[in-house]
Amino acid sequence: MPIRIQTEDFDAGSEITALRAGDARVGAVAMFIGTVRDLNDAHAVATLTLEHYPGMTEKALAAIVDEARGRWAIYDALVIHRIGALKPMDQIVMVAVTSAHRGEAFTACEFIMDYLKTRAPFWKKEATPDGPRWVEARITDDLAVSRWKGLDTPASEPK
Amino acid sequence: MPHTINLVYLARLREAFGTGGEEIALPAEIGTVNALTRWLAARGGPWAAELAPGRALRIAVNHDLASGETPVATGDEIAFFPPVTGG
Repeated sequence: MPIRIQTEDFDAGSEITALRAGDARVGAVAMFIGTVRDLNDAHAVATLTLEHYPGMTEKALAAIVDEARGRWAIYDALVIHRIGALKPMDQIVMVAVTSAHRGEAFTACEFIMDYLKTRAPFWKKEATPDGPRWVEARITDDLAVSRWKGLDTPASEPK
Repeated sequence: MPHTINLVYLARLREAFGTGGEEIALPAEIGTVNALTRWLAARGGPWAAELAPGRALRIAVNHDLASGETPVATGDEIAFFPPVTGG
């Protein structure tokens, strides 16, 4: 269950190769990558600086992945989140999940991202032509996470 | 007896308070996150503004998200921050 917070970029292909290496049970890998847009809430973004809360970040991400493991039959999960100064088109975050079938992999990957957006202590500050601005949390992120509540029977792929 | 706790301020709050954190001796009667928040807000200025009731604020005690009723004890690390915006 690798969880990494890093300033460096990452290569999705080699990360996935490493994640499923030696595990012949894996029949599905789902992945999400988040990248920096050049326009956010009508503000042109020149750079995006990401900070986090060391110690809590790792703990929160591990708890989110554990929660996903408890809900779906997944084999492994990877979360990489970058910090520091990023530019439009840079990669910010990668989540990848392995499982036997695609249903669990897709669903667990989306679940981990939704929880990461609302529970993991990262903050974005944008440099715009009007000066720096802290990105505000979105109500749509809270709505995205709320739909996982009370889901006792996880959706699973028809066999 | 006052108890000593470590406060951490992140993102917008760190900028507003002009510091990333502090160690403080808390009066013994301050025993919950809510009481601590009101006590800090009483400093006035940016403290009153950022910690006012109704502001979007998150608080973690020892790296776990806390509620207003979460107890505060000697040696705790208590972090104040805005709603998170990663991903």
